[in-house]
Amino acid sequence: MKRWVEPITSAWSGILGHKLRSFLTILGVVIGVSAVITLMSVGKGTTSRVVSSIQSLGANVITIRPGFTTSGGVRGAFGSASTLTMEDAQAIQGQIENVLAVAPSTSRFYQAVYGSENLNVSAVGTTVSYLQTNNITVAEGDFFSEYEYQHNARVVVLGSTVKETLFGDEDAVGKTIRLGSYRLEVVGVLAAKGSSMSSPDSSVILPLTTLQQMGGITRNNKGYRIISSITVAVTDQKYSSQVKQDITELLRERHELTADSNDDFTITSMEDIINQLTEVSNYMTILLGAIAGISLLVGGIGVMNIMLVSVIERTREIGIRKALGARESDIWGQFLIEAVMLTFTGGIIGVGIGWGASIMVSKMLTTTVITADIIALAVSVAVAIGVFFGFYPAWQASRLNPIEALRHE
Amino acid sequence: MIVLENIIKSYPMGKRELVVLRGIDLKVEKGEMVAIMGPSGSGKTTLLNVLGCLDKPTSGKYFFDGREVSNLGRGELADLRGKKIGFIFQTFNLLPQLSALANVELGLRYAGKSDSKAAMEALEKVGLADRAKHLPSELSGGEQQRVAIARAFVKKAPLMLADEPTGNLDSRTGAEIMSILTSLHSEYGMTMIMITHDSRIANYCQRIIHIEDGQIKSEERI
Repeated sequence: MKRWVEPITSAWSGILGHKLRSFLTILGVVIGVSAVITLMSVGKGTTSRVVSSIQSLGANVITIRPGFTTSGGVRGAFGSASTLTMEDAQAIQGQIENVLAVAPSTSRFYQAVYGSENLNVSAVGTTVSYLQTNNITVAEGDFFSEYEYQHNARVVVLGSTVKETLFGDEDAVGKTIRLGSYRLEVVGVLAAKGSSMSSPDSSVILPLTTLQQMGGITRNNKGYRIISSITVAVTDQKYSSQVKQDITELLRERHELTADSNDDFTITSMEDIINQLTEVSNYMTILLGAIAGISLLVGGIGVMNIMLVSVIERTREIGIRKALGARESDIWGQFLIEAVMLTFTGGIIGVGIGWGASIMVSKMLTTTVITADIIALAVSVAVAIGVFFGFYPAWQASRLNPIEALRHE
Repeated sequence: MIVLENIIKSYPMGKRELVVLRGIDLKVEKGEMVAIMGPSGSGKTTLLNVLGCLDKPTSGKYFFDGREVSNLGRGELADLRGKKIGFIFQTFNLLPQLSALANVELGLRYAGKSDSKAAMEALEKVGLADRAKHLPSELSGGEQQRVAIARAFVKKAPLMLADEPTGNLDSRTGAEIMSILTSLHSEYGMTMIMITHDSRIANYCQRIIHIEDGQIKSEERI
């Protein structure tokens, strides 16, 4: 046990005896480690922010869209096929387990007019479940009711941007607007969602039945009502992939697809999107860490440089220790311990500075996340660098001839 | 205790060989105190290095306590130095970053022992117990050499080797050092071999060996 205490205290007094030099030596490691900590915490922070902003759209949601139309080898736009129907949505609602809500929807462009203001809007026809599946909240008034849906009521819910444009500060609930040639009563206004994918802010939402009555819905050759998407909320995120699989089987059966033909619809769960974005973001984090790691490498070379100088400076000490009976492994161990202590100290200081920097970054710029594994990684890399770059100087020290070492001035 | 048989030591010097020791035959009994004298370049330090297992003879046989050590490996020689041999140098050779006590403890470390009580006792023996916490730079030359003696003696090695132990000290301090060495020798009876220039120092010993040109020229018993 004591065999290790003396080299450690000896290394400490060596380090403290050359304060400035030791400081400059570990500075490279300090900078490297703190850069790794800071950049990786920024990377992790970005990942978690992306994930949470996606999750705010509803983590337990599965979206089904029609597939592509292909005519003469030319593939149409995403969602251009008319394969998804209102009846598909009802089948999903009726036959799939662990489904909380199903909201079929389709949209059409109309010119919305109120007084002298007008705006081209996408009018989304859907069911009451839309509120649940699309994770939206109503800021003023109410969403349309099941009763209004059943009775094709001429009611509409405005997205926040639409309300702003048409009404300004004026109260919108209870007023009547025109969509094309149809007059509808505003029953509610949605809370602003901010800019995100398919933001409902610049849309208006009305019962699918009403949109159908307005002639906004076409039927396919079986007489089914064609819709542009179905949004499914799952009771729990853990059922996501099972439900996805069940829906795929159900729709393939309903669409009479043979085993060798592709799906004529695309089905995406929010979970898939989160996974993909997390993966991308993790790669970014690793990339940032690798860049910071280069500075750690440079720091390691600095440590090696100083260790080589230190071996020459302490040649006489090595000779004395050998005369006292030190084996080569003792000398080797001592210098290796010293190199590791330098980089370890640098690592600990670097963690402190990196932590502080990441707190500052999180206050000024963006979310950062420090996890135990980042710290463990940075410190263990610092120690590994001490071992790696201390190896050669320590080996050189251990090989010194004791007589020549003792004669060294 | 020590038997040298026709020890030859040569170093390559360019294309030629520089022969430093030309066939040394020497016997030292257990508990003897021997001085080695000779002009500089006569090979006495090389002889001491061979005796101290710091250097291997080019040819010849070296028996230490009946065991042939002339062809041991570096690790075994290191262990032998650590356990059986204590060194005292002209320039003291204390580690500057360690306290007097820690320097003495270092003498135990490579012997595989660890005992700060024994280190303290060794410091008391050389009369430096009150300086245990001082760094070598805070001690006088004589005090440093006393610490070095404590370091060599603390592991109770059967062989003590000294290379001009008083060479860097004034004659009064040198006499002090010699009285410490002789009293340790008479108390513990270890074998002591020392190199010196100074015949007054040599006179503390029981036997004086004169070396010239790598050969033993004469011996005298006192």
